[in-house]
Amino acid sequence: MTNATDGFAALADDTRRDIFERLAKRPLSVGELAEKLPVSRPAVSQHLKILKAAGLVVDHAEGTRRVYRVDPRGVEAMRGYLDRFWDRALAAFKEAVEEEKDS
Amino acid sequence: MSGKSVEPVRKHVVVEAPQERAFRVFTENIDRWWPREHHIGKTTMKTAVLEPKENGRWYEVCEDGSQCDWGKVLAWEPPRRVVLAWQLSAQWQYDASLITEVEVTFTPEGPRRTRVDLEHRNLERFGDAAEAVRNSVGGTGGWMQLLELYAKAAQG
Repeated sequence: MTNATDGFAALADDTRRDIFERLAKRPLSVGELAEKLPVSRPAVSQHLKILKAAGLVVDHAEGTRRVYRVDPRGVEAMRGYLDRFWDRALAAFKEAVEEEKDS
Repeated sequence: MSGKSVEPVRKHVVVEAPQERAFRVFTENIDRWWPREHHIGKTTMKTAVLEPKENGRWYEVCEDGSQCDWGKVLAWEPPRRVVLAWQLSAQWQYDASLITEVEVTFTPEGPRRTRVDLEHRNLERFGDAAEAVRNSVGGTGGWMQLLELYAKAAQG
């Protein structure tokens, strides 16, 4: 599987961020998530697929259920955060360096 | 997986300023532009400090006067290049054993124009460090802190 979707883009969606935050608190199955959210079970599965492709969550089978949890290594999440962070930082740097007058 | 490499974060920006000024503002004057929302102390960040020398400290001073390390200067080559060690974990804690590198180069594109390239690499080490933390304390509490940052950034 490729990590074509970066973690940050995956979390730009409100429902996905909601799912991710619930999974950060404790592992949940697709069914448990669907019960708590105002979206259908297939929609939950689709969101989980995107979070998984982005490297934010991992899953494993428990009997007939598939249980998801946040990837505890968090590398892709951290990368996504840093990617956005450096955009903001360099934009602020450009402003600071250009407002300084020639001496 | 441990040992799996992660693509570095690469950015560049072109600034209307001579190379030496661009270098100085990035390093010695880091406090003038460092995003305020990024800090690790318990109280509000007052000042960001980068000591302008090899092995110099890189840290923040909070309103209450306490200092929190972020990392250090690995290479100091004014006005062309600086390499910083970013030693904050995914749990947003200073970790002396974690070193991710931020390399910044300043290339003149004219007397008053400079291209600044930034590469933040060794990101896979966040994973190894997180694994170590998890194995030793068995928790993923740091996630909530990261989530808060995420939510803020996504909304901004």
